[in-house]
Amino acid sequence: MSRTLPLKHGRGLRPLSIATLVAIPIALVLVFFYAPIEAEEGFLQKIFYLHVPLAIVTLCGFVIGGLLAIVHLRTRDRQWDLRSYVAIHMSLIFGVGTLITGSIWARGSWGHWWVWSEPTLVSFLIVILLYATYQPLRFAIEDPERQARYASVFAIVAGAFVPMNFLAVRLSTAYLHPRVLGSSSNLPPKMAFTFLVSLVAISLLFATLCSYELTAKRTRMLLKARSRTLGFR
Amino acid sequence: MIELEGLVRRYGEREALSDVSLSLHAGQTLVVFGPNGAGKTTLLRILSTLLRPHSGGVTVLGYSLPDEAWAVRGRVGLLGHEPLLYRELTARENLRFHARLHGVGEERVEELLAAVALTDRADEPLKTLSRGMVQRAAVARATLHDPELLLLDEPRANLDPAARELVEPLIGPGTDPARPRTRVISSHDPAGGLAEADLVLGLRGGVPVLLSEAADVSRAQIAELYR
Amino acid sequence: MSAASTDEPVQPAASPEQAPIAPQARGPGMWATVAALLRKELLVELRTLESVPGMSLFAVTTFVVFHFALNQNTVSGDEAAGILWVTLLFAAMLGVNRLFVADQDQGGFDAFLLAPVDRTAMLLAKALALFAYLAVLELIAVPAFGLLLLAPPLSQTLPDLLLVLVLADIGIAAIGTLVAALAVQTRARDLLGPLLALPLLVPVVIGAARASSPLLVLAHPAGVGGPPIRWLATLALYDLVFGLIAYAVFDFLLED
Repeated sequence: MSRTLPLKHGRGLRPLSIATLVAIPIALVLVFFYAPIEAEEGFLQKIFYLHVPLAIVTLCGFVIGGLLAIVHLRTRDRQWDLRSYVAIHMSLIFGVGTLITGSIWARGSWGHWWVWSEPTLVSFLIVILLYATYQPLRFAIEDPERQARYASVFAIVAGAFVPMNFLAVRLSTAYLHPRVLGSSSNLPPKMAFTFLVSLVAISLLFATLCSYELTAKRTRMLLKARSRTLGFR
Repeated sequence: MIELEGLVRRYGEREALSDVSLSLHAGQTLVVFGPNGAGKTTLLRILSTLLRPHSGGVTVLGYSLPDEAWAVRGRVGLLGHEPLLYRELTARENLRFHARLHGVGEERVEELLAAVALTDRADEPLKTLSRGMVQRAAVARATLHDPELLLLDEPRANLDPAARELVEPLIGPGTDPARPRTRVISSHDPAGGLAEADLVLGLRGGVPVLLSEAADVSRAQIAELYR
Repeated sequence: MSAASTDEPVQPAASPEQAPIAPQARGPGMWATVAALLRKELLVELRTLESVPGMSLFAVTTFVVFHFALNQNTVSGDEAAGILWVTLLFAAMLGVNRLFVADQDQGGFDAFLLAPVDRTAMLLAKALALFAYLAVLELIAVPAFGLLLLAPPLSQTLPDLLLVLVLADIGIAAIGTLVAALAVQTRARDLLGPLLALPLLVPVVIGAARASSPLLVLAHPAGVGGPPIRWLATLALYDLVFGLIAYAVFDFLLED
């Protein structure tokens, strides 16, 4: 009798976790000690190194969730639906983080907790409102097979919506202020480097957390299946 | 005509149909017995292509499901618990709608309305008709496109004896040897069911507990299923 | 008449459900199917009058509510565009909620799924039906708006406004049908429908409101300018993208 369950699903977990645990402190050090303090906004500007990577990773997460859903519908393999679910779920959390950090930054820069003139923030609000219906949608369908299928359809439509929405909101926002919040071009090299490292760190964090959630869910499912074959309820 | 090999259909964790295998030839009648929830309706719905099998082989009319389901549609007639008709529309409007979906002409609609004796009530909304009449309209719907395979879920429910006689030529075993009518019937009536069966399948909790030629099955065995 | 022969060779399993045009051996073609479905839809709606009167009444009542809520006799420009489009959108939600209910409750899905037809026909037919309901809604609501709340006269910009209405309606019809099909088979269908549809339709609101706003201002002596092209283009792009996506995924909602 084997001592442990073969760790088929958690194999990538350790290197990912280590990479994340290494990347985050490095990023933090860079943010606080290496990157120069921005002339106009001062210290608060450093939240940019958290907010923008969160935003980028969230958006990619939603789009990836949609792509995984396409694979699910084509292959009918529920593993892909599980991956899609985890990606979207995690992106939703990171998205809320984006909104919160964006709000803090807006408050610090312009004195308001919310600004309509920043298209990224506004687009995020809409996208979060949309994806907030993902879980209620899933739980409102009892049949697991149909639930997975409908969730995938939603993930695909919503994934296509993300870029479309950004376009529309961008067009509609009157640029009364220059877009300081979102622009990551024309950064001096020190800031650019810090930004890149932060982006890598946040991406690793996302990947690791997704991996954890996937492993946890799969293990739970395996456990349930085994206990059923052994006759436990 | 129908080949099932290890058919499985799940509903969540539970198996609604568990390893069902059988072989039905053209022109034969399979009668399925079993208590409620045994999987009879699920089986019929899979054969009609409404549900996909989760594993196992399913071949209907020579085509394998679910991949070739599109080739089977239009050649199968399903008569389930629901009449599948719109209550606000009349019998004639409903049947014409189905006729259009199946590429069948309007004369056929009139033919069937006459066959189920609904011609004089054909222009009243279905919600004003009695249950028996609606069932007759449903029979007309199911046989409108002259299907080769009939799937009948307790077809004679809601029908009085006169109505049953009326629909018999439509859902009974075919009389034309050139066009054999294959049927799968789910039934709660041991005597009647056995009488018209060539093959008998007994289901309990999705598991096929009885499969045999009708001649070799006794009413007692069928009663056992419901115990 | 349905053919009786069984001479079709066994087709390779190329997943016809996913192909845009399923190789049907018998049964009507795509447009005949859409026509049959649309006919049935409109017949049922005419018989029951479940959607359109409710939507229209809702819109007119909402205009009255807006009058009191804003405490204004007339509106124009951005404000007018906003009120008009919010009202139309919410009225559309009523229609979306009802779209598949009859089919769900009376077994209409099953009947359709048993027929030898391309399943995407249902998307097209329902979207066309919803578009028709929206058109009737607007036929009533827009003049009502002009009468009750709008400061400038409608007649001067009607053709341009019509264009905006049509483009927006296409988007609402496509997404509305998709969302309706998603929501109807869930438990909280009346709630989930609008919750799903409203964020998805924000780009339509943006495009339609921004496009109509210059049409609803008091005229300059030189005449009113047309709707800005960029907003019409946004609406058209949205219609194209989501029309195609709806077309691609709809089948997956129908099967079991």
